[in-house]
Amino acid sequence: MNAFFNNVDWYDIWLATLDTLMMLGGSMLFTVLFGLPLGVILFLTAPKQMFEQKALYGILSFFVNVLRSLPFIILLIVMIPLTLLITGTSLGVAGAIPPLVAGATPFFARLVETALREVDKGIIEATQAMGASTWQIITQALLPEARPGIIAASTVTAITLVSYTAMAGVVGAGGLGDLAIRFGYQRFQTDVMVVTVVLLLILVQLLQSLGDRLVIHFSRK
Amino acid sequence: MIQFKHVHKAYKVGGREITALEPCDLQIPEGQIFGLIGHSGAGKSTLLRLINRLEEPTSGSIIVKDQDITALDAAALRRFRQGVGMIFQHFNLLSSKTVADNVAMPLKLANELSKTQIKERVHQLLERVGLTDHAQKYPAQLSGGQKQRVGIARALSTSPSILLCDEATSALDPQTTGQVLQLLNEINRELNLTIVLITHEMDVIRRICDQVAVMDAGRIVEQGTVSEVFLHPQHPTTRRFVYEDEHLDEQEQLKRFSQIAGCIIKLTFQGESTYSPLLGEVARQCGVDYSILNGRIDYIRDTPYGQLTLSLIGGNTVAALDAFRAADVTVEILRP
Repeated sequence: MNAFFNNVDWYDIWLATLDTLMMLGGSMLFTVLFGLPLGVILFLTAPKQMFEQKALYGILSFFVNVLRSLPFIILLIVMIPLTLLITGTSLGVAGAIPPLVAGATPFFARLVETALREVDKGIIEATQAMGASTWQIITQALLPEARPGIIAASTVTAITLVSYTAMAGVVGAGGLGDLAIRFGYQRFQTDVMVVTVVLLLILVQLLQSLGDRLVIHFSRK
Repeated sequence: MIQFKHVHKAYKVGGREITALEPCDLQIPEGQIFGLIGHSGAGKSTLLRLINRLEEPTSGSIIVKDQDITALDAAALRRFRQGVGMIFQHFNLLSSKTVADNVAMPLKLANELSKTQIKERVHQLLERVGLTDHAQKYPAQLSGGQKQRVGIARALSTSPSILLCDEATSALDPQTTGQVLQLLNEINRELNLTIVLITHEMDVIRRICDQVAVMDAGRIVEQGTVSEVFLHPQHPTTRRFVYEDEHLDEQEQLKRFSQIAGCIIKLTFQGESTYSPLLGEVARQCGVDYSILNGRIDYIRDTPYGQLTLSLIGGNTVAALDAFRAADVTVEILRP
């Protein structure tokens, strides 16, 4: 057993796992913080919606598409000056979080927009007829009704973030993906590769089943 | 009272202007059940939504209780809407909230009552619509009729003076439709609530409305009390609705009559005369024989009415017609 895993430094694995979890947690927090309002604004200003704003929707939509069309590995490098400005460092976990957020927020916002579009227009009309303000319509009707869809969107986004963190090694952020590339691939340490891949797999499975459970819990249809 | 003064509504679709409602004047008296009937696309849904400004009029003014609602700003409009309930064909309940929370929603939005007061009011409303046992269920667990009753309880929660019904029974089976209409009828009387409803079924109008307006292609083509419009329809659209309700085809019927002898007439009885033994009396006095070709005895809201199509043979037909008219029966000669 130990002979097979003789290249594996379990303490390094532990640190890498922590790095991955920190990057995931930190970037997920900010992605939801920025992506949810952005998704709501995209939804409201879209053509034929409550606050149709062709110009605003066009601009937001364009930026979202630009960010989404950049490969994450490029975004990571292009954003270095901005990252420095925000976190004071372009290295490590802190240096990885801004590009992770920038990469995942447009993706998440689009998914939120789609989830909100699934809400029955009749429900919005009924809420308007009750005399609700726009803010009340968003918080009392739209978001509660779209909750299962938004949770599903968060799950997909979290899993996408896990795969993005694998590239964060480029800026020295560490994490399981970085370990897999530097040791598993570049030094032909197959055992390290196997351990990191299994750990990533477990992480993704956990995220997916947690998300699915929450969706079922909040679905009343 | 709701009053439309020259209200006009047009949409712009790809640069072209499409009229949804031709300039329209309308008065809906307080405490009445007012029906709007028309085929889909006739503009009835637009007209209904103008009353709580879910649709903005292109021109004209809408006066509700001496207040021009077209002049209200956003905040005043929200307060106004809290005094106007609305129910929908597809119920439009929030699937993420329980029955009790759905009913409480307008009260929470209005933010005028305390939590305990809201709870009390919700209980009272659910009791009224007979759904106390289902308070903690979600809409998906209810039948269509139950969902609509939740919709009604929700619409009544802020004690509105007007209730707008958008095809409220069109998605329900006949038995459930009857129960929901019955409930609307009861709350109209109990609360002196003005109800404006739209439908494409003459049966709904006949069963609960006091007044009706018939719409066709964005215009009100006929309007009056239900008995006037229902028993003596003038406009072709109205006639079609009435015949549909009786499962009759006007042309088809005339064709069938061609093989029947005698003078063919249609008698319309209303109120007490519906149950008087008039046919036998007139037949004996004037020596005419009659055969009944078609007939219906029913109610318009609470007033009984009867419509009989007869062929009169032999005797003094002219005297018979006069005798019917003298008894306050409307006589229509279909074929002399």
